[in-house]
Amino acid sequence: MKLKADRATLLKALAHIQSVAEKRNTIPILANVLIVVKEGRLSLTATDMEIAVVEQIASGAVRDGATTAPAAVLYEIVRKLPDGAEVELDHSGGDAPLALRAGRYATSLNVLAVDDFPSMTTGSLPHSFRIPAPVLRGLIDRTRFAISTEETRYYLNGIYLHVAEAAAGEAGPMLRAVATDGHRLARVQTELPPGAAGMPGVIVPRKTINELRKLLDEAADDVEVALSETRIQFTVGSVMLTSKLIDGTFPEYERVIPRDNDKILRVGKKDFSDAVARVAAISQERSRPVKLSIDRNLLILSAASPDQGTAKEELDEGRVSYDSTPLEIGFQARYLNDITDQIEKDVEFAFSDSAAPTVVRDVDSPSALYVLMPMRV
Amino acid sequence: MPDTPVLCLDCQHVEPAADAASRRCAHCRSHRLVRHAELLDLTVAHVDADAFYCSVEKRDRPELAALPVLVGGGTRGVVTAACYVARMRGVRSAMPMWQALKACPDAVVIRPDFPKYTAASRALRGLMQQLTPLVQSLSIDEAVLDMAGTEALHGAPPAAMLARLANRVERELGITISIGLAPNRLLAKLAAGLDKPRGFGVLGADARQWLAGKPVRLLPGIGPAQEKRLATRGITRLGQLQGLSAREAQALLGDDGPHLAARARGEDGRRVDPARETRSISAETTFNADLADAASLERHLWQLCEKLGGRLRDGEASAGGVVLKLKTQRFLTRTRAARLGTPTVLPERLFDAARQLLVREVDGTAFRLIGIGASPILPLQDADVADLADPSMPRRVAAQAAIDRLRDRFGKSAVQRGRALDQG
Repeated sequence: MKLKADRATLLKALAHIQSVAEKRNTIPILANVLIVVKEGRLSLTATDMEIAVVEQIASGAVRDGATTAPAAVLYEIVRKLPDGAEVELDHSGGDAPLALRAGRYATSLNVLAVDDFPSMTTGSLPHSFRIPAPVLRGLIDRTRFAISTEETRYYLNGIYLHVAEAAAGEAGPMLRAVATDGHRLARVQTELPPGAAGMPGVIVPRKTINELRKLLDEAADDVEVALSETRIQFTVGSVMLTSKLIDGTFPEYERVIPRDNDKILRVGKKDFSDAVARVAAISQERSRPVKLSIDRNLLILSAASPDQGTAKEELDEGRVSYDSTPLEIGFQARYLNDITDQIEKDVEFAFSDSAAPTVVRDVDSPSALYVLMPMRV
Repeated sequence: MPDTPVLCLDCQHVEPAADAASRRCAHCRSHRLVRHAELLDLTVAHVDADAFYCSVEKRDRPELAALPVLVGGGTRGVVTAACYVARMRGVRSAMPMWQALKACPDAVVIRPDFPKYTAASRALRGLMQQLTPLVQSLSIDEAVLDMAGTEALHGAPPAAMLARLANRVERELGITISIGLAPNRLLAKLAAGLDKPRGFGVLGADARQWLAGKPVRLLPGIGPAQEKRLATRGITRLGQLQGLSAREAQALLGDDGPHLAARARGEDGRRVDPARETRSISAETTFNADLADAASLERHLWQLCEKLGGRLRDGEASAGGVVLKLKTQRFLTRTRAARLGTPTVLPERLFDAARQLLVREVDGTAFRLIGIGASPILPLQDADVADLADPSMPRRVAAQAAIDRLRDRFGKSAVQRGRALDQG
């Protein structure tokens, strides 16, 4: 196997690849990247047995062949090469080391046998659709903060992607992304892309979401999504990300979304989130609540720490609107910020009482809905 | 010898400057006198119930008073607690039951009744809280009290109030306690051990000299491993640590060295903090025959989860996570832990979390013991609150409350979950 590629192209591909490769070194081959030159095309593959990433590169293929080399080391080397360098990879086959040359730099890397490199079986992926990269990005960004890290409820460790029946005022079924950790829930939807109609509801693991999100950074075109009940595959430009899905049942989240919360508070996002940040600064303890004391067109945010002291900020008429009965309710500051970070301009809270789940919406974007559990204050 | 203050443990009479030669209380002629130069000035107390579980059992069955009593389980179990009669015959807690019975064949073995002990512990705590709000429970039978500033309130020095507490506990709860009075928590704990049971130990400025001649093992926190490590450096007595400067101690003993040297001198800066109780709430069982299969282990685990849920509720606490403990046939202990999203006291939720930990350990190994504990321990009011990922939570809470009500009225076996029943 022999190829020539410019440093920038190779670096970009290796950056995608190396973050998937296993770092914990329990199975050595999983720390390696599979390099294949076949019929004039180069492909790089990494897998941790849960996720596999394959990237195709248009390169100056010189000689067909394949080998595997440590992904992290290869990435570090290429990263440190000078800009504009041309990199040559040369492997004579078998156990022979992989030679990497660039200008007057040369290295020789130990390889592991290609036959030992595990291939993740995909099986058939009967459902497929295309979705614009910015739309998929929106689904992910506005839900992933709510993904749980709790191991015991593994079925919450991802985003639940599924088809939702049309609700009142909606033209047809929607593609929905939902995540929750029990304390907060994020539900974002978009028009159902053609071809997605019959797809099963699937839970996409957090690591997959994070890897996918990195790929979407640079993408503007459509992303191809193909899936079965156990696997999902995203094709973003020249990169193909395949992942196992979480084998579990996502909770019936619709039952916990309150329908009748009628105490409506509206406040500018920036006013609100800045005030939360200032008030919460009194306490380093993340679990301390920020208290919202709400009265007619008045919102007082306050927080107290037994060691540090107290803090308070008022937002009054002109900046908040509220005309229901007075209410006091507490939330974790970080949870408030995670939600308001997703909101462009104006935030709408719909409360029931100080112990019941609160609904939060982006006034300008009906596609997103958040639910937040209050804390005792 | 200058005259020192003396306190009578029976009538709480205080003689601020008693004749050093007096052997009996000037008031009631009792010989249970405590004498110490700083007796009237010290404010930190350590209270330790004597052979707590056994004392509670003897209180309820007076005919056992003179007999050796062991609280613990089955022939394969271990001694959870031994009364002083049994201790004089060489029985120690944590000793395997068969070994204890060899030393003490006439011992009366009683299965532990934790709800009873918890109730007694709570009553004891209530009495202590009448002396000062600064009561920090360290375990079911131990607590430390900060009584600084209470003399004005009670019109008596802490020492006298503590002696009164000991009498009240004997009268009202039917058990005995030992008390240590000192300037800090470490010395108070050591003082409480000075003449157990029914003891009243005092350590003050004399503590450093007293500690100097003691073996290093005396310090809480120095276990057999640390003792061995110190011995390799020629250190066996606390006196050898006392003189070390912080720098020397660190060079000799590592990062923990300065701390160790300070404690060897009897210094301890820990405050009494009622909010910082380091309780552990758990339940475990030793099998009659070793078990390796998942189904049998899970059945035991379920029963333990029910017990743990009850103990958490009794202790007004909840579990922020669970710790699973398994002991293999070869006495190797495996512990595995998992955090919960929201704290719980529901047996079902404890079980769900613990079972996931258990499943990974079922690998053909034969186990002799399984246990489950709550960690961290959180306030009860945070438990099983509405959870966005568990719409059935209110129903589960209501179901458990119904079960508890039935059991309160008709006994433990009145209602059983299907999973508690033996399939075999």
